[in-house]
Amino acid sequence: MMRAEALKNGAIQLLLALNALVMLFPIALMVISAFKSNAEIFDSPFTLPDGLDFSNLLHVWNDTEFVQYLLNSLVITTSSVLLILLAGTLAAYALARYRFPFNATIYLFFLAGLMVPLKLAVIPLFVELDTIGLLDTRLGLILIYVAMGLPSGVFIMTGFLRNLPGELEEAARIEGASEGRILAQIMVPLARPALVIVAIQNAVPIWNDFFFPLVFITTDARKTLPQGLTVFMGEYSTDWGVLFAGLMLAALPITLVYIMLSKQFIAGMTQGAVK
Amino acid sequence: MTAFVTLPLLAALRYAFYAFNGLAPAGFVGFANFATILFEAPYSGWTLRALGHNMIVFAALMILQNGLAYLIAFALLKTLPGHRIHQVIVFLPVVLSAVIVGFLWKLMLHPLFGVVNAALALIGIDGPPWLGNEDTALGAIIFTNAWHWVGFPALIFLAGMQRIGAETMEAARLDGAGDWVLLRQIIWPLVAPATTIVFTLTFIGSFNWFELPYVMAGATGSPGGATDVLGLYAYRMAFGSATAGLQDFGRGSALAVLMFIFLAVVSAIALRLLRRREIEL
Repeated sequence: MMRAEALKNGAIQLLLALNALVMLFPIALMVISAFKSNAEIFDSPFTLPDGLDFSNLLHVWNDTEFVQYLLNSLVITTSSVLLILLAGTLAAYALARYRFPFNATIYLFFLAGLMVPLKLAVIPLFVELDTIGLLDTRLGLILIYVAMGLPSGVFIMTGFLRNLPGELEEAARIEGASEGRILAQIMVPLARPALVIVAIQNAVPIWNDFFFPLVFITTDARKTLPQGLTVFMGEYSTDWGVLFAGLMLAALPITLVYIMLSKQFIAGMTQGAVK
Repeated sequence: MTAFVTLPLLAALRYAFYAFNGLAPAGFVGFANFATILFEAPYSGWTLRALGHNMIVFAALMILQNGLAYLIAFALLKTLPGHRIHQVIVFLPVVLSAVIVGFLWKLMLHPLFGVVNAALALIGIDGPPWLGNEDTALGAIIFTNAWHWVGFPALIFLAGMQRIGAETMEAARLDGAGDWVLLRQIIWPLVAPATTIVFTLTFIGSFNWFELPYVMAGATGSPGGATDVLGLYAYRMAFGSATAGLQDFGRGSALAVLMFIFLAVVSAIALRLLRRREIEL
């Protein structure tokens, strides 16, 4: 019985190891190929590079628009996420802690936004951005991402704030704290776990998004990283060392953050889905 | 949100009933745009072909990606040494952009210089040009999608299985239930809520499929439309290939409205059935 169990666990362990190999191999290949020359990649694809040759990486960093794409993605993702957190918390605080007319209606309005795949409204969004002169701007993208992220942000934050005990808030109010102070100094610190979930759940899809930049951004200097990558892959289609270097550099920032915060990432992304 | 979610959605509905001249509406045409997409050749053929491909994608992902995810979750439930690091590994591709994943696999699947065919050559198999062959292209992209996303359903299933509780599992084991019986008769009904989530997300994801096929097969779903799906078709109709004369905001909006109705109706019915199943099981 014990022997059979050990044998079975061994088999499961082996299958898991095999699966880990399948998951990691493409990523490892990308990393080793980034340090190889074309000839090395084609002649001996599976071996480690002869030496640490940084020329592909330097080429991507210095001679392409890569850094500009990276900065655009950073600016767009951080501003969108900060705005979602700010607006989402304010709206959720009002919805969760105050009674006022149409409270439930406003909450339902946000909830309805959860159900809608915004990709399907891309044509009117295009016309709208064109009308207000925000087509082909980073601000236009940010506004769309904020609108897209707000429903789930408000939903998660409202649920969390509703379940916080009211005593702290009342004590602070008796002490004479203003509403703004209560929100900033009591609610926000308490709501940190929910804020982290909302931040990750929005940051990852915004950072990775390709569809909206593809449709709305045409000026090369305003393109985001995934979108810039398509430009770059077309330009260097024959230089595989540079291609792998570009892919690796593009994957690097989020991979590093993910490895540092894997627990929060997994929780944030799966809980976001279970909303 | 009103400006960027509500109004655009209502506008999409309105545009669907207009003819367009570039960016500007040029007259009310009733249901003509819908009729064109659904019944007028060659549009109707393209619509049906794309819809058929989406259905294949959905079915294949349910079996390949989510079936595998279910098994991975069960293996991880045993908390053998290394299970934590395995969770981190299996979820890693999920945080990467579909653009990165798509290009990476496109290079790996390259007929002459890709590692997939190089590996097959080592065991004496002459691999096909995966993405250039009408019979294999869609399958290759579906496989890539499964590699990209398998960690997501796996960890949702795992969370569902962990909620079952050690006592239930222990009781079943004492009654002599082996792994297979446990998996089919105890765990499967009890993870029904997780299955509902995975089903719904896979359904919506499959019918909004865009980025991976765009990166790996281009906006026209090459070769010869063998990988054309509704997302690519709608994109071409809205913005793409001015040369092909396909660009038309009215028809594009009508297609978006049809896709929205299809998604909403099917997911509502599926959700209702799946929720009822959760209670019965």
